[in-house]
Amino acid sequence: MAETNPFLYPGSAQRYDELLERDGSIRAHWRPLIEHLSSGGAETVRRCVDMTRRLIIENGVTYNVYADPQGRDRPWQLDPLPLLIDHREWRDLEAGIRQRAQVLNALLVDLYGPQKLIAEGVVPAELAFGHPNFLWAAHGIRPPGDTWLHLYAADLARAPDGRWWVLNDRTQTPSGPGYALENRAIIGRVLPGLVNQLGTRPLSGFFHTLRQSLTRMADDGSPPLVVVLTPGPFNETYFEHAYLARQLGLPLVLGQDLTVRDDSVFLKTLSGLRRVHAILRRLDDDFCDPLELRAGSALGVPGLLGAVRAKRVVIANALGSGVLESAAWLGFLPGAARVLLGESLRLPSVATWWCGEKPALEYAIAHLDRLVVKPTFPNQKFEPRFGRDLGEEDIAALIVRLRSRPYAYVAQERVSLSQAPTWRAGANVRLAPRTLTMRVYAVATPGGYEVMPGGLARIAAEGVVDIVSSQRGGGSKDVWVLTDPAAPQVKPAAAAPQRYLRHDDLPSQLVENLYWLGRYSERCEDKVRLLRATLAMRTNAAIWRNARAQCVRYGVLTADGDPVEGVYDDTLEFGLTSDLGRLGWCATQSRSRLSAEHWRSISVMQRHFHEAGATLADPLDSLDRLLVSLTALSGFALDDMTQDDGWRLLMLGRRLERIQFLAGLIAARLDAGEPLPQGELEWLLDVGGLSITYRTRYVATPQLAPVLQLLIFEPSSPRALAFQWRVLRETLAALAESLSTLADEPLEDPMAKLAAIGTAGVEDEGQPGAERRALLSAALMALAAAAGRHSDRLALRHFSLVDVDLHAVVT
Amino acid sequence: MSAVHYAVRHETLYRYRRDVVHAHQQLHLTPRNSERQHCVLHRIDITPQPAVSAEYVDAFGNWVTRVELDRPHNRLQVVAEMDVRLDALPDWDFEQAESWERVREQLCYNAQGRDPEWLEAMRFRGESPYVRIKGLLGEYARDCLRPGASVATVCTALMAKIRHDFTYAPGSTEIATPLLQVLANRTGVCQDFSHLMIACLRSVGLSARYVSGYLRTHGPAPAAATAADKDRDDDDDDADDDDDDDDQERSGDTAAAAATDRDGIVPPLRGADASHAWVAAFAPPFGWIGFDPTNNVLAGQDHVALAWGRDFGDVSPLRGVILGGGSHRLRVRVAVRRIQDPA
Repeated sequence: MAETNPFLYPGSAQRYDELLERDGSIRAHWRPLIEHLSSGGAETVRRCVDMTRRLIIENGVTYNVYADPQGRDRPWQLDPLPLLIDHREWRDLEAGIRQRAQVLNALLVDLYGPQKLIAEGVVPAELAFGHPNFLWAAHGIRPPGDTWLHLYAADLARAPDGRWWVLNDRTQTPSGPGYALENRAIIGRVLPGLVNQLGTRPLSGFFHTLRQSLTRMADDGSPPLVVVLTPGPFNETYFEHAYLARQLGLPLVLGQDLTVRDDSVFLKTLSGLRRVHAILRRLDDDFCDPLELRAGSALGVPGLLGAVRAKRVVIANALGSGVLESAAWLGFLPGAARVLLGESLRLPSVATWWCGEKPALEYAIAHLDRLVVKPTFPNQKFEPRFGRDLGEEDIAALIVRLRSRPYAYVAQERVSLSQAPTWRAGANVRLAPRTLTMRVYAVATPGGYEVMPGGLARIAAEGVVDIVSSQRGGGSKDVWVLTDPAAPQVKPAAAAPQRYLRHDDLPSQLVENLYWLGRYSERCEDKVRLLRATLAMRTNAAIWRNARAQCVRYGVLTADGDPVEGVYDDTLEFGLTSDLGRLGWCATQSRSRLSAEHWRSISVMQRHFHEAGATLADPLDSLDRLLVSLTALSGFALDDMTQDDGWRLLMLGRRLERIQFLAGLIAARLDAGEPLPQGELEWLLDVGGLSITYRTRYVATPQLAPVLQLLIFEPSSPRALAFQWRVLRETLAALAESLSTLADEPLEDPMAKLAAIGTAGVEDEGQPGAERRALLSAALMALAAAAGRHSDRLALRHFSLVDVDLHAVVT
Repeated sequence: MSAVHYAVRHETLYRYRRDVVHAHQQLHLTPRNSERQHCVLHRIDITPQPAVSAEYVDAFGNWVTRVELDRPHNRLQVVAEMDVRLDALPDWDFEQAESWERVREQLCYNAQGRDPEWLEAMRFRGESPYVRIKGLLGEYARDCLRPGASVATVCTALMAKIRHDFTYAPGSTEIATPLLQVLANRTGVCQDFSHLMIACLRSVGLSARYVSGYLRTHGPAPAAATAADKDRDDDDDDADDDDDDDDQERSGDTAAAAATDRDGIVPPLRGADASHAWVAAFAPPFGWIGFDPTNNVLAGQDHVALAWGRDFGDVSPLRGVILGGGSHRLRVRVAVRRIQDPA
């Protein structure tokens, strides 16, 4: 019976429709959702769409998250309507996925072991030995429990008859589970009542299991240390690496954060080397070990494969598991399942012919019009070709290609994808069908594979087509697997308490980046204040000259040239634009420790300043705006970050930077000989950020002695030197306690000397006053220099494990 | 012809401008045994003493030594010494090998069970990192592929063709020089010629291995090969034409080319022997036959094999990742000396 709901669209005769029965009526398990949305009317729907978009931006869910002013971040696309899967249907699917993961794992065990299936002719030698991800160096390795595949993903499509078919197997570093979890977090907030009302199965248990399966691996009685290995912030799914690491409570590390010593893997941390027991990698097979695999890889860990061979570390998925990522295997899996498990394969794969077999080649050539031809191996430069779309000449050329190297190609039947409802934005809110594929995940446990009750549905960018790809701008959907209403309610097992990161799990490289993030945040703030105060004095020729000289000294203006252009000049090595770039770089490198808001405010700030520079906007305005953003950063640092050792280093960076800047600036002006004119004192207070404090305290025009008292000695003013010193000492003491080391007593001597000199007599006339000022200036210089030395000392003490000079040599 | 005995000494010396703080090295410097080659004894000495050292056999049956150095050092010396006995090659009639078409056919998947010899051959017929399969390479080999010719005859013709068409030119290529560029420029060293011949064979569907080892040249057996070693402390590597054939020095990125420079074994014979590479092709029923395209000879009693794999990457004599060091100078010396049968 056709529905009269105005939201609906007509069903399709050619495709399976997730929402509608053949007769156009709504499938039973979708009814509560559709009723809820139609009863709320267009307003509800609009609210859902807006909220989804807002949450995506707020959570900073992106593809590529490198902070650059041009804003190349691509926001994640998520349709607010979930894909609903009925519990009966899921039961079959789940069993199929579980079995398939088991078959693929057993196949890996065989390929990297006895190679019985090749010897018996069950699978072709060509597929394994010709695959760039078949690592001979991994042959003979037996990982614990013979588990090669810890995390597995399958891309599924639903055929017109309603059956699910496997399009692809993902066995190397299956991406997307983090996005699936994030999608649920967002849709759970957009449609809060419905998630429960429909009995949607939660995803958290799956991630708990994944974590469990990785931490099981500790062999030495110590608390297991598991890390997530990422190729870095330039990878397009870096957001997910960071997100996944945070959800799992595991440190996110780069290859250079790890080192292999005597066949064990260690994380270089703030407190020294810590043994790593397992690695969840997001790095491709051959990039993981420059000693034995791809020699040029700077992303990997030299000696990693040796540690695996010595069974001292577990890598998920095992190195070499990418060999199964080829469509050519699909046709051989039923045979492999029979031989390896004695079972027939439950889930069918899309019909595939590997052309390395003579009859398959002939079939493919005879039926090119209804097949798509794909490369067998991922390193071939060959785009899939649909025979139907090719002209006669192209077909002839393709046939020549196939015959000359048949084993390098597969032919696949075209799949008619199912369609599901999505919101069509616009004046009239209504549903529109989009074709989709669904990625589902399984994780290895001692009792077999466990399937995530949900997944990541991907929808086509436009209408109903048979290609779905995130790269082509398609979107995603949350997948709701519904519980059996008749089944007794199973309370989700209380999640075991999360083991939070120990302070000593922090990679020293990350900590170094946080330290420099602190320094550059403060440095930018100081420079903005310096520029702003200086530009405000443009009409006062005498002060302008001295103030501008200081700007030149700090590298933010040129000695000649238009000061407005100077503010935005991106060719100045130490100009504001350059330092904002460095700040952005440090933030990118420590992305995993910053909240979404913190992160976003940095990229927004950069973008705004960049835009202002393009139009040479009023510099005082844009400096004001920039200062507000930079002040917000220090707020994030205080209120928005876990106050662990990484945070302590960030704060140390800020304090040391400020001491160096402020002490150096005051010293330079005091050293000038003549007493400072009043206008310049105002300028100094402005640069120091203490104008208002001074006015409320002294209610008078600035005098040198009280100005210096406030800038240098006032312990309660968060911008004064004495305050920086106090917090510096407290932070160092806390760090020392956390690391069980002796605390440094930094800057004792120069501070004591400063206090002894004091501000007495600095306002005196003539020679005596000049001498007092020179004395104070020298003491401030000494303080600035000591702060610089202390920074080096911190680096030596805490970041010395950071390798910058690794290279490969071959004879 | 009776067996011959060799004593081989292979010395690699790295001198680094700055201290190397930590290093992993992987060595393929232990000769493997085969039907006609027998390693009587061997040893590897490494200075400074490694913190960790272990041996294992890789997937291709080669001995691998892995070492780790965890103390700062500015000099790394690896000396491999070995005594090896080589039996004479059998008196093959190459015409009697199977036809290349049949071998190609048999190497393809046919859903049947296979015996170990063929399974072994299948490992060496696909692409590998340094040996991409290209239509042009198959083209190049075409005139060696007479219909019905035995696979051994095809290999002999291909070896001669490469020897004839290519100029041996040390320094003209690096490890990473793509084969198509080698093919276009018609120059290279033993490593390139071996990779080229392997790629041609695999491109037409045949199996071939890359063999790393040493070559003894004909000529007066050299006395102890301790030619004057001109040690210099400057970094002026380009001016290194002091006619000291035993001394190879490079720095930085060009170090990799040094080993390949060593194999200029062209008559008239040179006084020094060298580290070398050649090809082993699968030619049933004879099994694997060694072809040396650099010299257009079969690998027989002049060729001492260290290790074999799909290509150079599987068997590089010394491969490492070091921390620190800055620029470096590399010297490789090989002496292959014929000795009396110790028995």
